Amino acid sequence: MNPRRKKRLTLAVALIFGVAAAASLLLYALNSNLNLFYTPSEIINGKHDTGIKPEVGQRIRIGGMVTEGSLSRDPESLHVEFAVHDGAGGSVMVTYDDLLPDLFREGQGIVAQGILMADGKLQATEVLAKHDENYMPPEVAEAMGKDHQKLDYGAQQKAGAK
Amino acid sequence: MWKWLHPYADPQRAYRLSERLQPWFTLLALMFICVGTVWGLAFAPSDYQQGDSYRIIFIHVPAASMSMAAYMGMATAAFVGLVWQIKLADWAAAAIAPIGAVITFIALFTGAAWGKPMWGTWWVWDARLTSELILLFLYLGVISLYASFEDKVVAARAAGILTLVGVINIPIIKYSVEWWSSLHQPSTIRITEESTMAPEMLYPLLINILGFGFMIGAITLVRFKAEILARNGMRPWVRELATATGAK
Repeated sequence: MNPRRKKRLTLAVALIFGVAAAASLLLYALNSNLNLFYTPSEIINGKHDTGIKPEVGQRIRIGGMVTEGSLSRDPESLHVEFAVHDGAGGSVMVTYDDLLPDLFREGQGIVAQGILMADGKLQATEVLAKHDENYMPPEVAEAMGKDHQKLDYGAQQKAGAK
Repeated sequence: MWKWLHPYADPQRAYRLSERLQPWFTLLALMFICVGTVWGLAFAPSDYQQGDSYRIIFIHVPAASMSMAAYMGMATAAFVGLVWQIKLADWAAAAIAPIGAVITFIALFTGAAWGKPMWGTWWVWDARLTSELILLFLYLGVISLYASFEDKVVAARAAGILTLVGVINIPIIKYSVEWWSSLHQPSTIRITEESTMAPEMLYPLLINILGFGFMIGAITLVRFKAEILARNGMRPWVRELATATGAK
């Protein structure tokens, strides 16, 4: 390899490694700020690395699973309340006054954006359904006991919706 | 070691080779995309959670993975062009850029159209979506940088440096869903372990990914040929070619 090419090769490789190093340091410094949401246990105990807890009145996102059996609806309005938990054992109540997405079910992962209230509840302005990376036909899901039931609306709620 | 490659650094030979390869890429692309899309959209079973809405995956995932693969192809060409100053490599990089931009746009658009019914929103500023948007801007930057210099040697050098700087974004896109919590789900297709998708859905998806790869290859060859002709307009062989096809 002639010296000019060698010089250019060194420069190009140095450029790639330099940018990679700068980007890794930047991302390392930003690390937890790039997370889209807090998990329920992070809201209660603070973040793992920094211990920062969200303050009351702060606008945050929470991500976790809707706890089975925790959903309660107001028969008169769209108001719903449900608990969101995570694998680490934290649980936070979420209140919401709008239409829930189709994929919203108990046991389903969700991301809710809202304001943290003084009583520890999150007053959500937006609830998004998160789905996982598993795809399978309904029959397979049934056989695996993973069948997801659509939300069951009581007779009272159906009457209220009319 | 690379001696056998040297003849292809000649524009005329590279042109001839691309002309010979192009019909094969086109044929394979059409075959794979037809089989994969019809199988995926009409015959694959519906999903237990998302019903039929998940079928947009057969366009979304091939487009997204090829947007990254095209970038890696462009970066390799730009690297060769910068270090060995082979003009053909510069032209190849310039040929890929607009194709990559379009395929990235398709990935973003189908993703948004899928996100609305499933997540409940068109767009979220999470790590995966944002880094893919940055990829689109990188492509647009490379295209405009290459277009803004009259001297194409300088243009290719400037665009090549930007391309190499942007390579760092590719691992960030790939691992964004593992490093940070995001609304976007982690990858379904795994290379080292079993994919988390039923085989009758996975096969059409893989076929479509291959098909998209061949399609990008075919369009790249068309643009590469055009780029060779545009940069060699004064050469006798191009003139001969022009008069020969013009006479037909």
